[in-house]
Formats: sequence, structure tokens, C-alpha cells
Amino acid sequence: MTPSDDSPPRCEPAVSRSARIGFGLFWIYVACYGGFIALVLFAPGLLSARPFGGVNLAIACGLGLIVAALVLAVVYMVACRVVEGASHD
Amino acid sequence: MLYETSLAAIAIFAAFVLSVVGLSFYLGRKAQSAQGYYAAHGEIHWFVNGIAFAGDYLSAASFLGICGMIAFYGYDGFLYSIGFLAGWIVALFVIAEPIKKLGKFTFADALDSRFHSRGIKLAVAISTLVVSIFYLIPQMVGAGDLIVPLLGLPHAVGVILVGVAVTLIVVTAGMVSTTWVQFIKGSLLVFFCGVLTVMILNRGLVVGTGSLAPQVRTVAPDGTVLVDGAPQSKSHDLRPVGTIAALPARYGDAISTGPLGPWEYLSALEDSRIVTWAPKKQTDAAGTHTTYSPTERLGSDLLKPGGYFKGLTTGNLADKLDFVSLMLALFCGTASLPHILIRYYTVKDQAAARKSTVVGIAAIGAFYVLTLFLGLGAMTSGALDPTSSNMAAPLLAKSFNTTLFAIISAIAFTTVLGTVSGLIMAGSGAVAHDLVENVLRIPMTDHEKVRCGKIAAVGLGIVAMALGILFRNFNVSFLVGWAFNIAASANLPALVMLLFWPRTTKEGIIAAVTVGMLASLGWILLSADTFEKVYGLPRDASWMPFSQPGLVTIPLGFLVLVVVSLLTPRPAGAEAR
Repeated sequence: MTPSDDSPPRCEPAVSRSARIGFGLFWIYVACYGGFIALVLFAPGLLSARPFGGVNLAIACGLGLIVAALVLAVVYMVACRVVEGASHD
Repeated sequence: MLYETSLAAIAIFAAFVLSVVGLSFYLGRKAQSAQGYYAAHGEIHWFVNGIAFAGDYLSAASFLGICGMIAFYGYDGFLYSIGFLAGWIVALFVIAEPIKKLGKFTFADALDSRFHSRGIKLAVAISTLVVSIFYLIPQMVGAGDLIVPLLGLPHAVGVILVGVAVTLIVVTAGMVSTTWVQFIKGSLLVFFCGVLTVMILNRGLVVGTGSLAPQVRTVAPDGTVLVDGAPQSKSHDLRPVGTIAALPARYGDAISTGPLGPWEYLSALEDSRIVTWAPKKQTDAAGTHTTYSPTERLGSDLLKPGGYFKGLTTGNLADKLDFVSLMLALFCGTASLPHILIRYYTVKDQAAARKSTVVGIAAIGAFYVLTLFLGLGAMTSGALDPTSSNMAAPLLAKSFNTTLFAIISAIAFTTVLGTVSGLIMAGSGAVAHDLVENVLRIPMTDHEKVRCGKIAAVGLGIVAMALGILFRNFNVSFLVGWAFNIAASANLPALVMLLFWPRTTKEGIIAAVTVGMLASLGWILLSADTFEKVYGLPRDASWMPFSQPGLVTIPLGFLVLVVVSLLTPRPAGAEAR
């Protein structure tokens, strides 16, 4: 009944390899997100600094987290395609 | 404030509803299988599915709520955006592929794929229904609240209109039409937010000219509303607020910056002086008086954290924990929301699931960046209603022209359609596929499964309309928070441990889902926020140290799962019962 029952076992390594890549990227993002929340909690003064053309660090970090999510997502998609492509050969 | 009824808004909205309902009938004209009804035959193109993710996820709370929060409190509204988007990282990197690989129609399928246990299906179906209904109530009440100022129709009309339209959409072609409605809504929302942002940047920052005298709104004991002592009418109403008092010194005496780039806009805003209007309430024999008085503040003070989450600046530990707890629930909740998860069954394989999540992240991320500009644009538009932060985005549009106001109003209202159809679909699957078919084990043909799902959808549509009217006068915005917290506490521990810990037993899953759901529910019912906003009791009477339960109940879900799994016999194998 579940698709996993009838999927051929030879696909397994690719699946777990992409899962490993996903996990690595996940922890990278957790570090960014957690670091940002730590800044908000413990160093709010730092977020008022304006190193980027007059825009403060609070806005820059927020935009950065949104862009980082998209960049990591694209990296993951490409990496999975490479890994799965290799296993099908 | 009172609003002019916009015939154009009603016409645009009617055209939208009629075309999506028409599209649903067109898509539903073919005889349907259960696979078609619940999962759109798994044939939705990944790009369409990705945009539909945005249409499903970006509720009225995202569009109107975040815009309003940024317009009223500054940066803190953006913290919600950051948390809402971060949740998609969990969805993509941890949840997407296993969910697609293990499941068929519903989230319970995936969670139960190893054990085939009725207990798991029952627990997960109940948590799906609880989360979906808690998410549904604010959407329906919001529809009613929006229709009053935007289209000039009574509250109940808004609720019934949304309820009937959504039920028709879901019943005609299930997941197929739901997907297309969400696709259309998602694209319109992002596109028009983009148009508005371009107009904001093109206008630049302009010094406001309105009066800065305090305004008083009084609600007399008999319900009449007075403004500055005289009865409220369209000619005598609160003045719109939200202006710039002074531009940065580098602009000299100029009253306008002229067109600005996005980065320049943010930078100029930080150096500008902005007038915000804080309300102060006071009650006496003549009624409840709310005084709105202006405060001039430096833009850089509004663009840093702490405007809404006061605890960030006061240093109170409980307030800080509350904030962390909220950010954790937003991070973990997205990937556990049933109406989001079922969208993984509409694409053909795991690669498509992945690609559609990336498209979803791009669309939702773009939307949140645009919302920052919309919120800040509204803050300085001189068009804000001091009594309602939810009206910030439509009123911002009105500060440009009335056609744009009509379009944004209609889009705000149709935003509700996309999200509600996803929620009804998730609930319909939980009732028909999980409860009737798998828990009660009533044998059904393929055709009967579809009919059962449609009956469940009609039932849920009626329940949604009733709740939308019943909860009209309640403050319901906190229910979305409940839904995220319950989803994260009940569903995420079970899902993650099932995937990554082979020792997980079915008793562990059932216990984690049940305890996570009940603990987060109980915590919220006893929290200071609920005491104040729902029961009308003093905050101090609450039993809980902070209001958002996620920080405690998500780890609790994991702990319960581990302890119960270790206390129960090791699962014999993939097919163990």
C-alpha cells in the first residue's frame, strides 16, 4: 500500500544521500536562524548598527535569512539532482 | 473609521469568485477517482504546486496582519515573516521527501506507514481536525470582518459567501480545483504586492501635512460611537494617520525625496522622523474613551526589534522566553500543518516535491520582502486607520488610487478562499480517508471514497460557517498561533522520530501526538494572553510563566515519544502490528 514497499532497493543510497545533504543544509540554516534570534535577545544594540549603506543590521539580517533560505533550497535541489543522476547511471 | 463601499471592489471580487467556481466545475466535469479527489492524480506540475503552496500558506493573517503590524509597530512584524519563512526550511530539508515517499492521501498515511495501526490513524486524524479547525475559525471570522469595511456587506454575508464558494470549489473537483484556486490566488497576491511596492518606491518619502491634534473615539454604553465628542459619521470621523514629520537632513527643505531604490528607501526611512499614534483606553460613565495621541519617533527606532515584543527591550526573562517560544513554534509549525503537507501528494515524485517547495519558498520569500515595504509604506502613507491595523494594506492602496484599493480589497478577501479551501480539503481527507476508511474500516469502493470525502467537505464547510458567525465577537487572531503550536507539538516529534529513530514504537507515536496536542492546548488555555483576551481576566491570574507553549511542549512531545517507545516492545519489523 505504501510506495516504499514496492520501490526498488537500489534507489535507497541516493535517497539517503540526498537526505544527508538536506540534513547538513538544515543545520546550517538552524545556525543562522538561531544566531539571529540570539542577537535579537542578547545583543539588540548590535542590530541597530548600520554597516550596509545606511540600512541597519536588523533589516539586513532579516532579508539575509530570507535570501539564505532560497539559496540553500536551490543548492539542495541541484545537489539532489546530481546525486540521484549519478546513482541512476 | 467608516469606509465608502466600493462597487468596483465588489465587482472585481464577484468576477474572481465566479471565475474560480466556474473553473472548478470545468475541472470537475470528468468522473473522479479517489486518487483524483484527494491528490489531484499526483499530476500537478511542480511549478503550479509551488505557487499553490504560497496560495495555501499566505493567509489573510500573513497579508493583512503582518502589513498592519509593521505599519503600527515597525520591525517586529517582520520577525513573524522571518519565522514563517524559516519553517519552510524544515519542510524542504526534513519533511518533504519522506512525506511524499511514505504517504498516499493524508499526513496520517505517512505517520502510519510502518505500523498500520488504527490508534495512530485515530490520534493523527484528530490532531489534523483540531489544527485545521483552529486555523479555519480565524480565517472565517476574518472573512466576515473584512467584508464589512471592504465591500460594505454584513459580517455573516462574508462568512457565508466564503463558506459556500469554498465548499463548491472543494466538492466539484477536490484537490484539482483547490490547487488551481490557490495557484491563481498565490500569483495575484505576489504580483499585486509587487505592483504596490513599485508604486511606494516611486512615490518615495513625503512629509505629511495632517493635523497632529490628539483624537478621541468614545463608545457610549448604548453602543453609539462618538469622535471627539460628536457622533461619528462619514463627514466627521477619525482622521487618517501615519505620516513623516521630517525627512533626513540631506534632503534639506524638500518635502519629498522623489523616487527611491529599495535600499535607499530603507536607509532614508531610518533617518526620517515618523509620527505614530498610540491608543490609550479609559472608561467612565459616558463610555469607553480611546485617545490616540501622536508621538514623533526616529525611523531607526521603529526599524529595530522591540516595538511589539516589549520583553525584548525590558529584559524580562519570561517575555524573552515567550518570544523564543513563538519563533520556535513558527519554525517547527509550518512543516507540521496538515493542509500544507497534503500538497506533497499532488505531484508525481520526490524530485517534483522538492522542486515545488523551492518555488514555494521563492514565492513566499518574495512576498515577505514585499510585505516589509508595504508595511513601511503604509506607516508613512498618511492613510492609516488608527483603530484597525488589519486595514493598513488596503488603505495604503487607497492612498494611491481607488481602483488599486478595489483590487487589493478584492485580493485580501480572496486570500481567504485559497487558505480555507486547503483547510477543508485537509479536514475532508482526515474524516473520510483516515477516520471512516481506516479507523472504522468501513469498506468503500473508489467512487464511495470520493462521495464520502465530498460529504465530509460539505459538513466541514457548514461547521466553518457556523463557527465563523459564532466566534464573531471573539478575538480570534491567537487561534492561528494555537494551530502552529499544536501542529508543532503534536505532529513534528512523531514525524521526525519515525523517520530518524528506528526504535520508535506505535505506542510512542500515539502518546507523543496525544500528549503534544493536549499539553499545548492546555498551556494556551491557561496562559496570560488567553486570560486577558478571551476570558477578560487579569494577566497575573494566569498559571503559566509565558503564553507561547512551543518551547516546552515541542521538547515534551519528543520526550514522551522516547520514553513510551523505550517502555514498549521493540517494533518487530516494517509490517509489525
